[in-house]
Amino acid sequence: MSANNVSDLHQVSDRLAHNAMRHFSERLIEALLFAAAAVSVLTTVGIVYVLVSESIQFFQVVSIVDFLTDTQWTPLFDDAHYGIMVLISGTLVSSGVALLVAIPMGTIIAIYLSEFANGKVREVAKPVLELLGGIPTIVFGYFALLIVTPLLQKVFPELPGFSLLSAGLVMGIMIVPYIASLSEDAMRAVPMSMREGSYAMGATKLYTAIHVVVPAAVSGLAASYILGISRAVGETMILAVAAGMQPNLTWNPMEPAATITSFIVQVALGDLPHGSIGYQTIFAAGLTLLLITLAFNIAGQWLRRRYREAY
Amino acid sequence: MFKYSKLVSAMAVAGVALFGAQAAQAQIIKIDGSSTVYPITEAVAEEFQKAKKNAIKVTVGISGTGGGFKKFCRDELDVSGASRPITAKEMTACKEAGVEYIEMPVAYDALTVVINPKNAFLKQATVEEMKTLWEPAAQGKITKWNQVNPAWPDAPVKLFGAGADSGTFEYFTEAMVGKAKSSRGDYTASEDDNVLVQGVSRDVNAIGYFGYAYYAENTARLKALPIVNPKTGKAVEPSAANVENGSYAPLSRPIFIYVKAKSLAKPEVREFVEFYMKNADKLVREVKYVPLPKAAYEGNLKHANDKKIGTVFGGKNEIGVTVEDILKREAKM
Amino acid sequence: MQPMTTEQIRALIARGKLKDTIFQALGIICLAVGLLVIFLLVSDMLMRGLDRLNLDFFVEFASRRAAQSGILSAWVGTILVMFVTALAAVPLGVAAGIYLEEYAKRNWVTDIIEINITNLAAVPSIVYGLLSLGIFVYAFGFGQSILSAGLTLALLILPIVIVSTREAIRAIPAMIREGSMAVGATRWQTCRYHIIPYAMPGILTGVIIGLARAIGETAPIITIGALTFIAFLPPMPFTATGADGVSAGLFDWVMSPFTVMPIQIFNWTSRPDPAFEVNAAAAGFVLMGMVLSMNAIAIYLRYRMRKNIKW
Repeated sequence: MSANNVSDLHQVSDRLAHNAMRHFSERLIEALLFAAAAVSVLTTVGIVYVLVSESIQFFQVVSIVDFLTDTQWTPLFDDAHYGIMVLISGTLVSSGVALLVAIPMGTIIAIYLSEFANGKVREVAKPVLELLGGIPTIVFGYFALLIVTPLLQKVFPELPGFSLLSAGLVMGIMIVPYIASLSEDAMRAVPMSMREGSYAMGATKLYTAIHVVVPAAVSGLAASYILGISRAVGETMILAVAAGMQPNLTWNPMEPAATITSFIVQVALGDLPHGSIGYQTIFAAGLTLLLITLAFNIAGQWLRRRYREAY
Repeated sequence: MFKYSKLVSAMAVAGVALFGAQAAQAQIIKIDGSSTVYPITEAVAEEFQKAKKNAIKVTVGISGTGGGFKKFCRDELDVSGASRPITAKEMTACKEAGVEYIEMPVAYDALTVVINPKNAFLKQATVEEMKTLWEPAAQGKITKWNQVNPAWPDAPVKLFGAGADSGTFEYFTEAMVGKAKSSRGDYTASEDDNVLVQGVSRDVNAIGYFGYAYYAENTARLKALPIVNPKTGKAVEPSAANVENGSYAPLSRPIFIYVKAKSLAKPEVREFVEFYMKNADKLVREVKYVPLPKAAYEGNLKHANDKKIGTVFGGKNEIGVTVEDILKREAKM
Repeated sequence: MQPMTTEQIRALIARGKLKDTIFQALGIICLAVGLLVIFLLVSDMLMRGLDRLNLDFFVEFASRRAAQSGILSAWVGTILVMFVTALAAVPLGVAAGIYLEEYAKRNWVTDIIEINITNLAAVPSIVYGLLSLGIFVYAFGFGQSILSAGLTLALLILPIVIVSTREAIRAIPAMIREGSMAVGATRWQTCRYHIIPYAMPGILTGVIIGLARAIGETAPIITIGALTFIAFLPPMPFTATGADGVSAGLFDWVMSPFTVMPIQIFNWTSRPDPAFEVNAAAAGFVLMGMVLSMNAIAIYLRYRMRKNIKW
């Protein structure tokens, strides 16, 4: 329809009216989608509110300097110490062990499935791997305690019954599906044309995978790594069962230690009266964890920005 | 084709139906609280529902003693199980919410100190020896058995115990070390007592403590250590008989349920509480706790009838209180 | 520079092929480790729980006697809670991902939202439980019901769904979008007819991983009030309930108290009676079966959709 004649103006204004309607429904959908995105922001606001409001009461009793520098964590004992570094060391060591297992293993599996494996292998292996992510974390915890620890004790006879090493290894295995599956999706989405160009130049599959596909998929890979790191830091039950609940300031994975998360779950489900200072420690610990992961995420985001490729 | 109108109308129906769904909560007795008391309450609830042919429904949660009291003092529960008496803070919360309660001891839990069955040198222990072993000053220093008692060998000490947030921990430290929550930190703690059972059963030099039921179910793998009763000077080993006659001290503690007075006005809750007290002796034994004397259960029912509101402990825990004492004392909100 | 001799070229190719083969072996080994763990766990649970795996186990309620203790309320509860979780998390997460990727302007606000979402993935699940207790159970008044549990878990897995949605959408080449815009489609039309169908396989991966995690969670569900002993089922729609014979409405089950499989397993493993270990192993095996069936549906859909992507 064109607006060449005056008599066409009715048709034009109808069309414009229809456009306005289209514009309105577009706006409505955008508003609904925005509301969905806003839910995640509201969740953070809620979590921050819960953590901060209880932590404020906590920090009126315990000084922040003590909190950050004390080397003992015994908030529930009669002689209470509140040194969060003890728990942070446990969290960092266990996550470090887990990621040392999960990132290489997950990436290798992803490259293998996306570049080397044939269709049938891929379509069977991916779901089975995802099954790994569906095992309840308690089952993993007991697996670490009752099967992995004795196995490790054959290799390292001085390994105690509870250790960060055992829990960290099992945690790593649990995270492999996150990294492998999401990375494989990212690599599969790289257009065949890029691969074909590389093969045409005489490159091998491995070379193409590492120098062409991975850089193109780095955004997805980085997203999966960040998700994996987040999962490792936030994991609760495996550590609660297999790493022992002994607050222990150590950087040696072959020792038992408590992490921020295992401490929180221990107290939240325990016998302490709610509102007592012992109970409020979980909010201070949770807040610390949130700030640490925020720092990691900001760093990760910055790195992603720098190395992203567009095609 | 995606019909927005269908979606919107479906959501409207769902919304209306949700609001109408509030009504289906009749006739459920809500219980929550300590995981120590849970096995007893579960047994009672199971038998009660069977006896009533499912006409009355009972639900039981395990939020912990603290979690249970929090819900109880928000008027959300009919009964709360506790492994320790209600604290002063919780009493205030209940008072402010207008929740009146009746405190009822339901069983003894005998805290058992266990050692490996192959342990040849430990025949009994005194409270002083336990204190030397477990007090905060022992951390890092008392690492060999002969440091506690020179008669014992020069073997490493392997300690297993309850997590610091549990009632077991609080009671043990108060009874053995003399001050609640005063303990050394370098021991293997676990929330799951089965893990402690495993730990002690695998190491000849190990020693641990947990509730009697976990020992009773694992007598093949563990040995109970007799503790010298400070009042009589005789070493007593934990058993149902020794707890009932009061000779196993100071490590036997009463565990409680707190019943909301308003709920007792409801016929189903009253029936439940009566059933609980009448069958407690049998069911408590079945789950390997130690029952109170029959007079105690009858006393509880009498308190329910007389509306003996409040707690006899004044918001603090006490070691070595007998059930007769509990029944005689005055209750305060 | 001298041109390479034939021998040198052949040697180069052989080296490349060797690296390929080594990497393939490495990939298969890593995959095998993951599969081995699953196999160990599942067969361990099967062997230990075999005695108890009979029809009675599925239709009996929990009991203090191990031989009569079954998972009826647990598996019904898990299915209902997962249903609510999926219904809440999938539309919300996909909508949020679409908004952030297609509609939002690239400025510091969206950067903050992106950091915020990946940060949420690191929050320990029990903090979600505490948050939901305050919001869903008390403030919204949903009480300790299946609805609260489903919403809690939905919030928990929202970051995974959003991140994988975004990555899936990001992987779609610009030419698809540009082609659609060129023929006059609006943003929403582009999304609906082009972007979402192509992104579906990636979105489904995120949904699978998310739901598999949600089904195994214990700590947050206990916090919002899931029960451990409940010897009756949520009222089925339109069946009579209670002595007064009032018929249950269509949605009464959503507000009903409940329990789930991981809680039952958790409770049984911490009982002193060793006979309960058999029950716990059997229940763990059944839970794995439930995860597999849940994944199978999504995996089948994803398989079908992946075949259609050709670029």
